[in-house]
This record gives sequence, structure tokens and C-alpha cells, in this order.
Amino acid sequence: MGRNDLARHALGDDRPMSSTAPRHTALDALHRSLGATMTDFAGWDMPLRYGSERDEHLAVRTKAGLFDLSHMGEITVTGPQAADLLNYALVGNIASVGIGRARYTMICRADGGILDDLIVYRLAETEAGSSHYMVVANASNAQVVLDALVERSAGFDAEVRDDRDSYALLAVQGPESPGILKSLTDADLDGLKYYAGLPGTVAGVPALIARTGYTGEDGFELFVAPGDAEKLWQALTEAGAPVGLVPCGLSCRDTLRLEAGMPLYGNELSTSLTPFDAGLGRVVKFEKEGDFVGREALQEAASRASENPPRVLVGLVAEGRRVPRAGYAVVAGGEVIGEVTSGAPSPTLGRPIAMAYVDAAHSAPGTEGVGVDIRGSHEPYEVVALPFYKRQK
Amino acid sequence: MSNPQQLRYSKEHEWLSAVEGGVSTVGITEFAANALGDVVYAQLPEVGSAVTAGETCGELESTKSVSDLYSPVTGEVTEINEDVVNDPSLVNSAPFEGGWLFRVRVTEEPADLLSADEYTAQNAG
Repeated sequence: MGRNDLARHALGDDRPMSSTAPRHTALDALHRSLGATMTDFAGWDMPLRYGSERDEHLAVRTKAGLFDLSHMGEITVTGPQAADLLNYALVGNIASVGIGRARYTMICRADGGILDDLIVYRLAETEAGSSHYMVVANASNAQVVLDALVERSAGFDAEVRDDRDSYALLAVQGPESPGILKSLTDADLDGLKYYAGLPGTVAGVPALIARTGYTGEDGFELFVAPGDAEKLWQALTEAGAPVGLVPCGLSCRDTLRLEAGMPLYGNELSTSLTPFDAGLGRVVKFEKEGDFVGREALQEAASRASENPPRVLVGLVAEGRRVPRAGYAVVAGGEVIGEVTSGAPSPTLGRPIAMAYVDAAHSAPGTEGVGVDIRGSHEPYEVVALPFYKRQK
Repeated sequence: MSNPQQLRYSKEHEWLSAVEGGVSTVGITEFAANALGDVVYAQLPEVGSAVTAGETCGELESTKSVSDLYSPVTGEVTEINEDVVNDPSLVNSAPFEGGWLFRVRVTEEPADLLSADEYTAQNAG
């Protein structure tokens, strides 16, 4: 064990460290009292894991897990032309989202490059004729998204507001999460569909209750005032502990989303890729009314992807036990044919898995002779369709 | 966490047992195991191979990272822990006992191995 190895790898994430002092969530003291291993993530000091990340992962798959996701960036967009602005600024058809529903979408540059992937929640109107949306951006991109929305709002009768400090975000994920939440709220959870959200009260705390997540399981995300976060965390812990809920860090969140085939910005998504390159062209709605940023470039990207795709995002499952990591080369016949974007030991499959961009000729599930260059040794991998894991409904 | 008094330690977080019949047992410390997180793969040196104090002789992979394994002494590997190869989580659950990594016929020990107290002090600093 080298000290440098410990410092470089084990105690942190792969992402670059921020140059300024990290920010702390409203639950920081609580994480430390729980003995969490903390990590710098996109400028925030966040829990990486509390105990075994494998146990945390399996708790979410079989019971429930509780996450602090307060690093996510909330941006409020309101006004008579809020929907028009979002339809122009984002690639999705936000005007078609009903009150109380949510949409997974992306914000792109004029050249089609992905600035971020987002969830947009449409909330109830607070004043007649003015619609109300909450845009949730990745922590690492929140400022970029905010700046882009403000810039793109010129000429629209809409207000873009930075609400990053207005919310703490707690997530309860896993098959036991509906039962846990039901014991703490009168809100109609049975009527709350996947990708929907409604205002309510949980454990006496006002919350936006959303049925969304990043784990591949049923679950909820609760947006609350930072001052209420600790009370809500404690109530969820007490209600959930008897059915196996455990606190969960970002390490298992990453393996959960990887098994579920969900992209992570900075790994599978970047400004040098369009949604079509990432196999997510379905989020781009050309049929919506009016122009939107990136329309022309994305139309070209769409035809390129269907006729002559450069590389395709695939799943890889190891035959051995060595773990592929982001940046490792994918090889076939001694040639480099792609690159790993995310890799980890999969607790559910019991084998290492990866997502990778590979040349189209080697992208079909079952393609023979594909391997990953793991520090000089070519380890055999099976090409599979994504996701690796899909929950039984 | 306490580091057993009867062991000696490298600055790189390996432990070394007292020599018995010319052979010492090597593992990584609980501090290192905790820092790594769940160990999922252990590549250990081959039996019969020569290892050199302070040089890489294998690697340990965890969920989030891969770290080189250094030998704390110079000598010849006489045995590796097949239980750890089959179940690497032993490194986390019993780093000083069932999670030992390999045994070495020691030919040379470096002068800078640490006592338990010295090693504990290093990690506190």
C-alpha cells in the first residue's frame, strides 16, 4: 500500500479536486457523527460511505437506503413564458409536462454538445398565468446551467432564480421506501407516479415529494428547507431502520446507477458528445414548436448517429475479477476500439461491469473477442445491452 | 482501531509478523483496509517469487480504486492466502488475522519498520 495510492484513490473520487474550500451540506455534522468517510465531490464535502459500500448498495436493492444529495443544484424558473424559455433553452418538450410531473432532459450548446443532464419538475402555479418549474442540475454543472438559462432567458417574460441554497435534498430509495414514507406523510403516495412530484408534509416538514431517483429502484427524493433536513433525516432513519434502511454514500449511488445503465455527467456525458452520441437521442424533441438551442447541430448529429455512428455506448461484463476503470482502453484483436467511461465491481451481478464507448462494429451484444486493457493485461469482457439491472415491477 | 503490539509496520500500511522459522506473515492494516473500502480483488505475488522491501508485489482493488501492494521485507514468497483470493472481503473483516496476504522467507528487513505505537502515531499525524 502506498501512501500516495491511499491519498489519490481510496480517500477520494476520480474527479478533480476543487481549488477552493469544500462546501458542507446541512447534514454535515450528522454524517460525521455517523462515522462517514467523506469525499470532495464537485466542490462539496459529501459522504462517500458510512460502512461497507457493498452493504449499502445491497440495502437499496433489497430494502432501503437514505442519501444526502444536497449538492444537487436547484434552479427555479417562473413566469408567463417559463415554458417557452425552457423549450428554447433545453432539448426536451417542457411545455408538454403537466403540473405535478417531471421530465428527464438535457441542456446543450449550439453545437449540440451536452452541457448537463437535468430533471425538470413542473410545480403548481403560484399566481395565475405564471407557470413554475424547478430545474435540478448536477452539482458540477449547476453554475454553467444557471448561466446558460439566464443568458437564454433574454426576451422571454420569465425569471430564472438560483435556488441552490434554498433546498436540502434527501433521497429514500429501495423497495421499502414507499412504506417508510407512508408512515410519515398523509400525501397520496399511491397516486404519485414515477417521474411525478407533489408538495406535502413529511414528518412535519414541508417538502416537495418526488418519485425520482438514480438507483434503478423505486424511491423518492425530498426537497426541503436546509433547516429541516436534520429533523427529516432522523425521522426517516427511525421509521426505516426496522425494515432495514441504512444511510448510503455516493460510492454506492455510483454503482447503483451504473448497474441501472444511467449515465453520469463527466463520464458518459460531456460537451464533446451530443445526446445522440450517448444513445439518448430520445430526449431531443425536434417536433416541438419553435427553435431551441442546438436544433440544427442536433439534426445533423441524429442523421450521423443513425447512418454512421462513430462510437456506441455499450455494457461490458467481466469474465474475470479485475475491475475496469474510467479511461481504460477497450481492445479487440490487439487494436483499441473504445474507452471505458465508468467501471466498478457490481454487487448485484457479482462481477466487474463497465460502460464504454466502442466502435459500432464491436457494439452488438455478444460480440466476440472484446477485452479491456487493465494496466497492460487484456482481460476478456462480454458486450451486453444496457442496463445491467432492471428491477422487477 | 488498535494496531497489534506484536506486529511491525511499514509506512505504506503493511504489517509484518515476528519471524518464525525464518518466515514472516504480511498483510495490510485496518487503517489501510478502511481507507480502501470493500476490497473486491487481490492480486498476490506468486509462491516462489522474490519480493523486495518497498517494491510493488501485487495489487488490491476496491469499489472505487486500485492500489499497489508493496512488500515490507525482502525475501521469497512461501505461501499466499488462498482464502483472500477467493473472498477478498476478508481483508476488510479481519485485516490482522484471516485477511493476511502472503508469507515470506525473509532475507533482509529494512531498518525503518515501525512499532505499533510509531505506526499509530504516523496515522494520527
